[in-house]
Amino acid sequence: MIVLGLVAGMMITGCKPKGVGSAVDADAAKKAYVAPGKYDEFYNFVSGGFSGQLTVYGLPSGRLFRIIPVFSQDPTTGWGYSEETKPMLNTSHGYVPWDDYHHPELSQTNGEVDGRWVFGNANNTPRVARISLKSFRTEEILELPNSGGNHSSPFATENTEYIVAGTRFSVPMDDQNGDVAINSYKDNFRGSLSFISVGKEDGKLAIAFQIRTPGVNFDLARAGKAKSHGWFFFSCYNTEQANTLLEVNASQKDKDFILAVNWKKAEEYVKAGKGKKLPAKYAHNTYNEKTHSAVSVMENEVLVLDTRELKDLCYFIPCPKSPHGCDVNPTGEYIVGSGKLAAVLPVFSFDKIQAAIASKAFDGSFDGIPIIKYEAALYGEVKKPGLGPLHTEFDANGNAYTSFFVSSEIVKWNVKDLKILDRVPTYYSIGHLCVPGGNTRKPFGKYVIAYNKITKDRYLPTGPELTQSAQLYDISGDKMQLILDFPTTGEPHYAQACPADLITKNSLKIYKLEENKHPYAAHGEKEAKVERQGNKVHIYMTSIRSHFVPDNIEGVRMGDEVYFHVTNLEQDWDVPHGFAVKGANNAELLIMPGETQTLKWVPDKVGVQPFYCTDFCSALHQEMQGYLRVSPAGSNVPLTWHTGTVSK
Amino acid sequence: MKKSNKILVLIASLSILATIFLPFWKIDLWAPQYPEGLGLKIYTNRLGGDVDVINGLNHYIGMRTLHTNDFWEFKILNAIIIGFSILGVLAALIRKKIPFLFFYSMFILFAILALYDFWRWEYDYGHNLDSSAPIQVPGMAYQPPLIGYKQLLNFGAYSFPDSGGLIFIGAAVIFTWVFISEFILKKKAIKNEK
Repeated sequence: MIVLGLVAGMMITGCKPKGVGSAVDADAAKKAYVAPGKYDEFYNFVSGGFSGQLTVYGLPSGRLFRIIPVFSQDPTTGWGYSEETKPMLNTSHGYVPWDDYHHPELSQTNGEVDGRWVFGNANNTPRVARISLKSFRTEEILELPNSGGNHSSPFATENTEYIVAGTRFSVPMDDQNGDVAINSYKDNFRGSLSFISVGKEDGKLAIAFQIRTPGVNFDLARAGKAKSHGWFFFSCYNTEQANTLLEVNASQKDKDFILAVNWKKAEEYVKAGKGKKLPAKYAHNTYNEKTHSAVSVMENEVLVLDTRELKDLCYFIPCPKSPHGCDVNPTGEYIVGSGKLAAVLPVFSFDKIQAAIASKAFDGSFDGIPIIKYEAALYGEVKKPGLGPLHTEFDANGNAYTSFFVSSEIVKWNVKDLKILDRVPTYYSIGHLCVPGGNTRKPFGKYVIAYNKITKDRYLPTGPELTQSAQLYDISGDKMQLILDFPTTGEPHYAQACPADLITKNSLKIYKLEENKHPYAAHGEKEAKVERQGNKVHIYMTSIRSHFVPDNIEGVRMGDEVYFHVTNLEQDWDVPHGFAVKGANNAELLIMPGETQTLKWVPDKVGVQPFYCTDFCSALHQEMQGYLRVSPAGSNVPLTWHTGTVSK
Repeated sequence: MKKSNKILVLIASLSILATIFLPFWKIDLWAPQYPEGLGLKIYTNRLGGDVDVINGLNHYIGMRTLHTNDFWEFKILNAIIIGFSILGVLAALIRKKIPFLFFYSMFILFAILALYDFWRWEYDYGHNLDSSAPIQVPGMAYQPPLIGYKQLLNFGAYSFPDSGGLIFIGAAVIFTWVFISEFILKKKAIKNEK
């Protein structure tokens, strides 16, 4: 009896609900495998989240190719450590060594991915970055004034006229008195939508204008496309305007909003001089590929359009409930709202929105902005889709793929008839997903990738801290098929994918030495030298397989600031050189062929300090070293340098 | 000279002018870490291709670096080619056998001398190595093949005529055919008639 009872007990506790199996496609290995020596189909640009960097993967293999430093220091490449790159992390608060890179956004031309740049947002100290897809380097970082929490960012219009950034945390504006009671939120706190213009040829960023909005939290956004080009849609939550315990206080209302912004109208207002130039202090940092150096400039004013003063600029569309994703389908007609706590997926129609505005089908207003009647804007609702919808992307066949965090699944549904076609589990709790080109007019389809928040037992455990997991699904058929499960670095919040051949043909192999305009470059060993300017010692050093010139330096004194300006003279593919000196309170330099980078070193003791190449460059890499002699302060050891004389 | 032969000589003589613009010879290098390959292109008046990369690698084995200015041949080859082109056209227009014979023998002599000169340079560079070079393989020389394939440490070297060289060889073949046609076949025909 006891045995029976025990067995029965074990069977009952050991029962899991059926249908929670792991349905991997039988052909998964073949579909996901990229043979040695062969290339992936897509580049997958995945945000690093709290790592602050941008990671580059290949699809379908899920192989990691590169971690591009953007908003956080990177000691491996010297990003944020070398004299040339430190200015890139400069802000109005001074040098900021870390931030949170949330969303990557690829540049578009005519509503199609064009492979020129990828943009990213810094969530903590609001900034937008532009990364070149020729050199895979961060070229520009622009800080955003009047902003707290840059979550609804960066999002591109269909011709990359603008990159748009919206604030998560409403705050007192920079040009107002900020010393106010926190619970005066409703009166004093406002949001900002920054429209950043992108130079057509060079990608140069500038804040064209900011729209000052009611104090709500903006979550995500999408540009209108095709027929809705000229409009931008932002999901907003906390229309309760709570400043504390938002978990409860911002979840009270049954509906928050999608804010529809007519930016073409905003451009008209700017042209008509309706914008106000307000004082603001924000950093603008650009990296020059010819001088291999960054320059940081402080801007001091910004053009602002205030929704309390300008009419016909934007409209609120009610959306259940604390919306997160706000996604526009490839034709630009349908806008899908994903309410984190909602039981349905509302799909709005652009034509109906326009008709509602024209006929003034409004349901009151919020902070002076008209609220369109929900039914007037609604095309239809997807019923019982799942729990906790977050984000939707589209394929080229009229289908939508929505992520559900709480029920941990992706649901495929048809946009026209709002019918659910398929659902697959994700492991576990998916945040955003990515369909290559799935936010553009011409989605590439083929795959959907889930980026999850909870990993638990998916991979070999690594203590309490686990990688984030991602799954790759084949969507070429009617049903989604799981073909690969791969770990990611940092915490991806979003990703975008680009066909490989849009990028491979432009990928830079070397920097041309003759184009190097760095002020301390040495274009050949004959130009290598050491110069003293007061207590600053500038070493113009060259590196080539397998020696430095100079590699013996004497005459440096305690109290000096030593600048190693190292030029990599190689013009051959994949021959970087590294540089490090003993005891430096600094990182290494990693210098590409044709480039010059500078390591600043303040000697802290008398003696001979070795330096060496840190990147395995050649058969005689171990011989690529040098010595620097540090004499006491006031010593009269002459400043000498050479490579090649044999010792006494 | 037969009319058909005259036309052949004319065409071939003009075609060798192309060698002034095209790479004449190439030495292609392949190694496990150079999947994309490296190429040295030898023109009539300069070196081309990946000369700088190859020079960068040469210092390991103590081979002298290659520079266009070190080779006096590059200063005069273009003039020689143009000279031969004119000579050949003249020989074709004059249409007599003796001028053509003179032209042909000078042409072949030049080709042989050029090949020998090339071999000599390859020998010089491959054997006169810097004794303080990092990589010393006793008894090893790095003379690339005159024509064909040879393994030099981790590099496979392929030495072959490039497009210019092939045109030159093609012209030489045509001239040889004309020589055979005019001096050997005709003689045979005359003999047979007797």
